[in-house]
Amino acid sequence: MTTNDLLTIIATIVLGPLVGGFLFGIDRKLTARLQGRYGPPIVQPFYDFVKLWSKSRIVVNQSQMMYVYGYLLFTITALCLLALRQDLLIIIFVLAFGGVSLIMGAFSVKSPYSNFGAQREILQMVAYEPILMLAAVAIYLQTGSFLVSGIFDKLQQPLLFSLPLVFVALLIILTIKMRKSPFDISASAHAHQEIVRGVYTEYSGPYLALIELTHWYELLLVLGIIGLFWATSIWAAAALALAAFLLEIVVDNIEARMTWSWMIKFVWTTGISLSVVNIAALYLIK
Amino acid sequence: MGLVDTARTKSPWILHYDCGSCNGCDIEILACLTPLYDVERFGIVNVGNPKHADVLVVTGPANRRNQRVLRNLYEQMPEPKAVIAVGTCACTGGVFHNCYNVMGGVDKVVPVNVYIPGCAAKPEAIIDGVVKALALFSPSNGKEAAK
Repeated sequence: MTTNDLLTIIATIVLGPLVGGFLFGIDRKLTARLQGRYGPPIVQPFYDFVKLWSKSRIVVNQSQMMYVYGYLLFTITALCLLALRQDLLIIIFVLAFGGVSLIMGAFSVKSPYSNFGAQREILQMVAYEPILMLAAVAIYLQTGSFLVSGIFDKLQQPLLFSLPLVFVALLIILTIKMRKSPFDISASAHAHQEIVRGVYTEYSGPYLALIELTHWYELLLVLGIIGLFWATSIWAAAALALAAFLLEIVVDNIEARMTWSWMIKFVWTTGISLSVVNIAALYLIK
Repeated sequence: MGLVDTARTKSPWILHYDCGSCNGCDIEILACLTPLYDVERFGIVNVGNPKHADVLVVTGPANRRNQRVLRNLYEQMPEPKAVIAVGTCACTGGVFHNCYNVMGGVDKVVPVNVYIPGCAAKPEAIIDGVVKALALFSPSNGKEAAK
């Protein structure tokens, strides 16, 4: 590992939550404006984080605590791997480990709301994992490598031009990962309630703060994968990711919450067929 | 005022529990969350989970049937926490004070920090009450907010 890699990792771990937190602040402000409200300040997620961090520690059991750290560490690892331009498949697997940690934590307590949330979180993973894998396969077909660095080194034109349908499928995944409507079924964002707070029901104080922190990293990770579709320059990638993020907020505000069965049907039929058609087209055009 | 105090006053998440109110005060609390008053601009979010809440907002008189639930909710909230009694019933029992099943105000069951009288309490009064309760989280800022 070179010094440069080490600096990249440190920058990701330190700057990641700052950017992610501000994005969530923008999300809350924009959502409020779309609903005709004034909205909280942009730095509100940081106030929430510090407040939760300073509250008393209440845990239901020891393992619950461990799973929160697992969720955080796996997500940070996945984001660092992306920043280091490593293997896409490994990034997807590590991300899945993080998701499983959250689910295990929710299953480790007896609260029915938490268990319900965990079941639905599993269904969400079942819905989005195939599409992430297909996206990795599609990128492989274009670059001849699963490495993220391959996208930066080998391509002359952005992936978006050759993989537009895969990109649309990934936008659906972004909604699921951000836990936004119509997919906010396992847990819900601020000021919404679904089975109390779903998977987060039994977490409180500092542990809830760690989960919020993980969300900031996770959002950056998913936006980073979306940014890969215009990786010819880092600014274009950031602009594409930001555009996807803003679109997401609008979708969240105009959509109703749907059921888990609708989610599976929609994501598997629409998402998988979009990806498969795109991959088939790549072969035909060749 | 330190960072933690600032964060606590800027991000109070409220848990609303109806002890058996006539729904008048509940509607006024919900009115605070609408675009007209929009308490989220102060970081106030209505959560449905005691484990995430900082401020317990209670409406209605404490009665023998649900005092157990009220105490349970209060005990599940992590420290530091505050309790606000909204409406005359929650303060003293109100018109129900001499019913056979009513114990009186909410303070008969859990310690109350702020009383907001009124039947029903106005949204402006409720927001004022929450601000007073926030002063408890930051002692140095307390005098200013109390004025």
